[in-house]
Amino acid sequence: MSGLLAILDPDEQAAITSAIATTTYILAAVLFVLALKWLSSPSTARRGNLTGEIGMAAAIVGALLNHHIISYEWIIIGFAIGAVIGIPMAVFMPMTAVPQRTALSHAFGALAAALVGTAHYFLFDLQHAPPTSLIMFFLCLEVLLGALTFTGSLMAFGKLQDLLPTRPLTYKNQNFYNFALLAAAAACAVTLIIHPQAWWLFPVLLLLALTFGVLLILPIGGADMPTVISLLNSYAGLSASMMGFVLDNKLLIIAGALDGASGLILSIIMCRAMNRSFTNVLFGAFGQVQTSAAATDKKSVHATSPEEAAQILEAAQRAIIIPGYGMAVAQAQHKVRELYDQLTRRGVEVKFAPSPAECPAT
Amino acid sequence: MPDFTSHLYVFILAAFLGLEVIRRVSPLLHTPLMSLTNAISAISVIAAIELAGAKETTLSTVLGTIAVAAASTNVIGGFMITDRMLRMFRKRKP
Repeated sequence: MSGLLAILDPDEQAAITSAIATTTYILAAVLFVLALKWLSSPSTARRGNLTGEIGMAAAIVGALLNHHIISYEWIIIGFAIGAVIGIPMAVFMPMTAVPQRTALSHAFGALAAALVGTAHYFLFDLQHAPPTSLIMFFLCLEVLLGALTFTGSLMAFGKLQDLLPTRPLTYKNQNFYNFALLAAAAACAVTLIIHPQAWWLFPVLLLLALTFGVLLILPIGGADMPTVISLLNSYAGLSASMMGFVLDNKLLIIAGALDGASGLILSIIMCRAMNRSFTNVLFGAFGQVQTSAAATDKKSVHATSPEEAAQILEAAQRAIIIPGYGMAVAQAQHKVRELYDQLTRRGVEVKFAPSPAECPAT
Repeated sequence: MPDFTSHLYVFILAAFLGLEVIRRVSPLLHTPLMSLTNAISAISVIAAIELAGAKETTLSTVLGTIAVAAASTNVIGGFMITDRMLRMFRKRKP
């Protein structure tokens, strides 16, 4: 292959590598679709994940072949840092912590999208060849979505990891302030679209979007967080899609749109499974400040045996057990069954109400 | 000048494909699917690679390198977490 390339002139070499890159991009797009399809059924799920991995590898190979690349040192350093952070994050993770690790991993992806957008804006020769309004439209949307997903995901991580208070944080006129902030960010973006040279507005737009991400997650309670993470997923996908419009790259558009759409529909499905309305999750904390305040004191965990637990619950006539994600990953179903046996033996009526969004056993 | 109309077609069709492909996802797989889409959303790594490697300005190289690190964290973390979850499902169902 390299011998063949050596006898060709540079232009032909560039044409061949760019054709190979395009082929790997198309392959990656197909593999991503298959990955999503296979992951929606239990029997093919692992194949789906593997397909996704191969797709991503193909995409990265295609990117590395790009003829604009003159040196690989910083790319390798970047990958090394990514591996040093990413591998321990996935390996040393209790299985009960999946939602928050996904949120954290998400914050990183969104940060990348926002940084890439910022870099592209400042690469334009703003004085002599400013970007067109259409490019600025997609660029602003990309940075806006990326930045708000970054801080939003960090907030979701903080809440699920108990670094921040889990209860919804609300204050008067919250939705009004949030919309005002979003409107200010939109005004910034519109000004940038009309006057791409106004570079000082770009950091302002970034800052507004970062703040908006924090405020967006404040009023959302811990139980709704998986739904919100899926929605943030959708935003990150859209951000990547917008990047594709800016860079004239169809793989970014396809992968981003796939992700945006599936993230959105998944969060709607998860809402439905929990009997929550989608708008309630997003704006639900509005006006119900007091309801969850009582439940916020930190309670310690009591370790106990099924017999002991049954003795405590004996006083009740009816008990409802709500198995969630925690029970499933702790593989505690047998202990729960023992508790059920003990209680029914004592004449307590026991019912199960599995949390459908959380409990994989349902 | 990129061809925005054809990009828009691609975007809309891919979005519909995304909706259709996962609309009947088994509730068993909500969390793993969330994790897989998380890994795929880091596709911006391909744009970050070009920025970090093209060395056009100091700013673009620095931002590109940070973006490669962040996006590859997302890629590696996302796929590995999904795989760990799915491995657990199989163990429980002999």
